[in-house]
Amino acid sequence: MSLTPEKTVLLESKARDIRRSIVEMLIEAKSGHTAGPLDMADIFTYLYFHALKHDPKNPSWEYRDHLILSNGHICPVLYATMAYAGYFPVEELKTLRKFGSRLQGHPHREWLPMLETSSGPLGCGIAQTVGMALADRINNGRSSSKQFYCLVGDGELDEGNNWEAIMLAGKEKIQNLTVIVDRNNIQIDGFTEDVMPLNPLVDKWRSFNWHVQEINGHDFRDIDRAVGEAKSVFDKPSVIIAYTIPSKGIPEFERKFEWHGKPPTTPEEIKSALDAVRTLGGRVTNSDHS
Amino acid sequence: MLNPSQQLNPKIFDSDVEQVSIRKGFGEGLLKAAQMDKNVVGLCADLIDSTMMTGFKQMFPDRFIEIGIAEQNLAGVASGMATMGKIPFMTSYAMFSPGRNWEQIRTTIAYNNVPVKIVGSHAGVSVGPDGGTHQAIEDIALMRVIPRMVVISPCDAIEACKATIAIAQTQDPTYIRLIRGKTPIITTDDTPFEIGKAQIMFKSMPAHAGQEGQDSNFNVGIIATGALLHTALKVAQKLEAEGKKVIVMNLATIKPLDTDAIIQLANQAGAIVTVEEHQIAGGMGSAIAECIASHKPVPIEFIGVKDQFGQSGTPDELIEHYGMGEKDIYVAACKVMLRK
Repeated sequence: MSLTPEKTVLLESKARDIRRSIVEMLIEAKSGHTAGPLDMADIFTYLYFHALKHDPKNPSWEYRDHLILSNGHICPVLYATMAYAGYFPVEELKTLRKFGSRLQGHPHREWLPMLETSSGPLGCGIAQTVGMALADRINNGRSSSKQFYCLVGDGELDEGNNWEAIMLAGKEKIQNLTVIVDRNNIQIDGFTEDVMPLNPLVDKWRSFNWHVQEINGHDFRDIDRAVGEAKSVFDKPSVIIAYTIPSKGIPEFERKFEWHGKPPTTPEEIKSALDAVRTLGGRVTNSDHS
Repeated sequence: MLNPSQQLNPKIFDSDVEQVSIRKGFGEGLLKAAQMDKNVVGLCADLIDSTMMTGFKQMFPDRFIEIGIAEQNLAGVASGMATMGKIPFMTSYAMFSPGRNWEQIRTTIAYNNVPVKIVGSHAGVSVGPDGGTHQAIEDIALMRVIPRMVVISPCDAIEACKATIAIAQTQDPTYIRLIRGKTPIITTDDTPFEIGKAQIMFKSMPAHAGQEGQDSNFNVGIIATGALLHTALKVAQKLEAEGKKVIVMNLATIKPLDTDAIIQLANQAGAIVTVEEHQIAGGMGSAIAECIASHKPVPIEFIGVKDQFGQSGTPDELIEHYGMGEKDIYVAACKVMLRK
């Protein structure tokens, strides 16, 4: 399914809604992560509104594609995208991190059974996705029509378990597995290359026998081209290294690692954030900050 | 006397009692379970032969995944397979799984509530010459503190075979603990096994024979798990010959704990000795103590490793050195009876 200009406009509009909801739910929750959810909004939008074979009204549909979020702390973007896709009411997003909410601080499959897995502790998502794909191979063989997508953070690649799983996927030549790395260059303690250098990241993946692509994680045509190419590679698993701008959409927060793990809390921060996502920095008339 | 309803091995106390490794019973059980259910899959971390996966790999090559020396990945991949409807058995040495991959087991298996079966072989000091690095004596504690996790420690190869078949049929995350060396065959194919049920393997004739409902006619109750059950039974026989009234319980399922049976034993015996090849801290004895303290406080003596690491040696040397031999259990029984 090609990405038409009309569809691109639609995706851009959805991504705006999702970013607005992310900011609103974080302000309401008074805790949580800002940078990652905002920078992955375009990729989540693309996957849920264009690429994934899924049915929000029948989440356990047998023939669905599987999306696994490894870095569970960016779940506001997962929850917001799923709500807009029709999995649950958008209104429910305000319950994020509250007692009794299905929207736990890190995703829990028992609270929200439409999730493929629970996540939060970093470095475990690729292993689980490889396991799912191997189980699918036992069931459906190598011509399986299912696709498995695992979304990981770049800082998360410090965890050794990732590389164990990456090695196994290369060995098993899991052709229907696509990992998307959120290459936003930040983690809690600073920039990734200061905390623990990941570069040369492309060479690392390639040497583990993966098909590697690099994209602009905010360009829907770029995302579309890479996801399509990943699906067409048969003898290797695929990784898409998506370069993203942390806190994308709130200019004052963008590229600052300090926003990795906190929400806007002061009146000034809240005003900046809401101005940016509700009025696109004043380009749209809507100054309701209540 | 041995409990006739358990139909135990008649040669149990003979010097030439047959000895088979508990892990071998697992291997046989896995083959049977896999024949019964096509969703049973096997994963191994570079220890196919020693964790008894060879037969499974040969018979079901498409259902076997070699993970390599990567126990954290072993847990995560098994979890992913389980979410797709498989019943994964993941095997390694207990020291490395669940020793090294505890958090992956907690989050991706137990918190996720998927039916992965964690098979920890070569548990206990009886691994022997490999030394302390390879002797898992903390694994029961690690697993039983995780919500939902079922913890099973079979007493012999036959029970291990039955337990393996039984756990393959549940949707619960489960840990099963295996021993490397050959140990005496205690049970028979006819001995009942049920997950979560303690078994009375030895019971002296009560002081007032024929009076049902007499609760305090026994001098001591011994609760054992794993291969040391055999030693516990020998001690019971000796105590009985000395005129003591003894009950021996096999606690193959450490979690969920058969609290009714344990409370009943505390009522009947009034004093308990727990026996396990594991640290005293956090192990089966601790689970018993938690139960007894809440419901029926009676004195307990604990047989197990006393906050130490293992070392190289023969299994017999190590069992004796760390205070888990026949003499130690006997002394503990005498001591606990004096504390009544």
